[in-house]
Amino acid sequence: MIEAEGIVHRYPGFSLSVSRLAVEPGEVLAVVGPSGAGKSTLLRLLGGLEAPQRGRVHRRGPAVYLDQTPYLLERSVLENAAFGLRLKGWPAQEARRRALGWLERVGLSGFADRPARALSGGERVRLALARALAVEPAALLLDEPTANLDPANVARIEALIRAERAAGRAVVLVTHNLFQARRLADRAVFLLEGRVVEAGPAPGFFQRPADPRTRAFLSGEMVW
Amino acid sequence: MKLRWLLALLLLAMPAWARPPLVLATTTSVNDSGLLDAILPGFTRETGIPVRVIAVGTGQALAIAGRGDADAVLVHAPHLEARFLSEKKGVLHTCLAKNRFLLVGPPTDPAGVRWETNVLNAFRKIYLTGAPFVSRGDNSGTYVREQSLWKAAGLKPQGKPWYLESGSGMGATLTLASEKGAYTLTDLGTFLFTKTRLKLAALFDRDDPRMLNQYSFMAVNPKRFPWVRFNEAKALLAYLLRPDVQAAIGDYQRARFGRSLFEPLGGKCILPVR
Amino acid sequence: MNEVLEITLRSLAVSSAATLIAAVFGLPLGLWLGARGAGRLARSLLYAGMGLPPVVVGLFFYFLFSRNGPLGGLGLLYTLPAVAVAESVLAFPLIAGFTMAGAASRAEGVRRLVKSLGGTETQAFLTLLAESRRVVVAALAAGFGAVISEVGAVTIVGGDIRHATRVLTTAVVLETRKGELERAAVLGLLLLGVTLVVSGLLVVFGEREAA
Repeated sequence: MIEAEGIVHRYPGFSLSVSRLAVEPGEVLAVVGPSGAGKSTLLRLLGGLEAPQRGRVHRRGPAVYLDQTPYLLERSVLENAAFGLRLKGWPAQEARRRALGWLERVGLSGFADRPARALSGGERVRLALARALAVEPAALLLDEPTANLDPANVARIEALIRAERAAGRAVVLVTHNLFQARRLADRAVFLLEGRVVEAGPAPGFFQRPADPRTRAFLSGEMVW
Repeated sequence: MKLRWLLALLLLAMPAWARPPLVLATTTSVNDSGLLDAILPGFTRETGIPVRVIAVGTGQALAIAGRGDADAVLVHAPHLEARFLSEKKGVLHTCLAKNRFLLVGPPTDPAGVRWETNVLNAFRKIYLTGAPFVSRGDNSGTYVREQSLWKAAGLKPQGKPWYLESGSGMGATLTLASEKGAYTLTDLGTFLFTKTRLKLAALFDRDDPRMLNQYSFMAVNPKRFPWVRFNEAKALLAYLLRPDVQAAIGDYQRARFGRSLFEPLGGKCILPVR
Repeated sequence: MNEVLEITLRSLAVSSAATLIAAVFGLPLGLWLGARGAGRLARSLLYAGMGLPPVVVGLFFYFLFSRNGPLGGLGLLYTLPAVAVAESVLAFPLIAGFTMAGAASRAEGVRRLVKSLGGTETQAFLTLLAESRRVVVAALAAGFGAVISEVGAVTIVGGDIRHATRVLTTAVVLETRKGELERAAVLGLLLLGVTLVVSGLLVVFGEREAA
């Protein structure tokens, strides 16, 4: 449900230029590429956290961007989960009731009254996911959600992503983990130095990449 | 929110804004003796005029009054008073009370000033023996007197290693002198109040005009500073000159020390104000 | 009323008022600077302000409120409001600086979170304020502590007038000057106690709103 057209965004020493990129409901789009390729910048532009200097991003329905290390408020787990709804003006009681449902989905309902800052790394990401999902976004923009997490948490988070895809949400997943990209992606994009090198449906993208640079990156032979 | 209301209440409940008070700038030696706390409430009771006392050195008292920030002064430095009058900043100069300055020092009296009958000779002995001496160094009335005594003795102690300038009030200066085993010039009142804690003896305590400490009242000139409360200042002066109040000044703490802290002058100056 | 109690309450009131005035200006400024990233100039000014010499501030306000001065007509010299204003100038850089430093470390995370969940800039600012409350507590405690223990400005602007502007610090100076060292020590202990109690209350209140 997000469509980017002709976006150009420059920093000193870096420029991102994407002519067209779209993600549909019920689809996971994986964005892969070396560090510094512009993946996080692209994600922030898609999420509307920054406006592109040129071009346009269409969003049909709200999109929620999830930081690599999500910011948790100095409040309880439940208050964190309810935060998005409170921002939208929901009454506290109702927002909490809803948020508790989402905490159950991510397996944190037992922690509702704990301070959020006391959670472990994997629990933090799951809480951030619950907080994002509570506002019922049309799209989820995930910036390396499982980096540095233990396998059990990775599995849980991947299961959540699959479930949300099944529920019809559009998901853009930035990841360094190529195995994860293969497991989850319906389509994939290879970003290099701010340009889209290759994009396509998942099995083909990973098994028979067309561009030699994509091949080199996927086989781990690209040096950058 | 509750806290804020409480604060507002507290601030409003502070007294002293009820009615424009009379601001009296005076010296620490007068204020710290407690004399004003003993006699001013009677004035406020009779006239309804509250008095705010600002206790600073004589120099600062005259500086504050010389900008119109006080309505009256009670000070003890005739030379500075004369200048204040000649600059048309003050009027109604009146001598209210006197006591004396004392030369105090370590009981062992290393300079041997105890039997000296001329205070200038006592100062000369201190100078010659190089015994430590603490000066206020702050333009207070006591400091001004000390300077004129050195000058009259024909001496310049500034810069000598034994000459210490404290820059603090009389009580602190006495403490310093006691700790250092030094001589210092003090007003009678402050010394009597603090001497039990000090290793200092009164070494020159004589009826000598050079050691006379004369307290004078001046109202700030309303022609120069139209906002001052001149009528209130006049009322205070009249009150202070009243025979019963003058007697009360003379009796203040006499029972405790066996001598008067302040001897009333009833308006008659002994030291020339020039 | 017992005079010591009176002096203590006055200290408390005038210091609270000064802290409040400083907070009204310093908290938003600190948050704003923290949120947008303060430039070198702003930071230098604030840090220099934390070291403002109280006696210089006192002299400045003496001249300002002196009857000959620009605001002389208000008749504020040697009154508590004048003291509160002068003291607030001393507390202001502390409160703004502490708040700025604390807000700066959270500003980006909070803004991203609020924006990504579809919140407005105003909501981001309010969330930043709520998230910075521990820092705000520290800033208020620092400001209050600086003000209640200050003696230079309060003497020059307030005049240490009995029953009007005498506060704990000036009372300590007075008793020391008179040589009443024991009384001075008692007042000094009271001063420490008041500072401790107020900091404690600030911490308790500041952290209770956390939920």
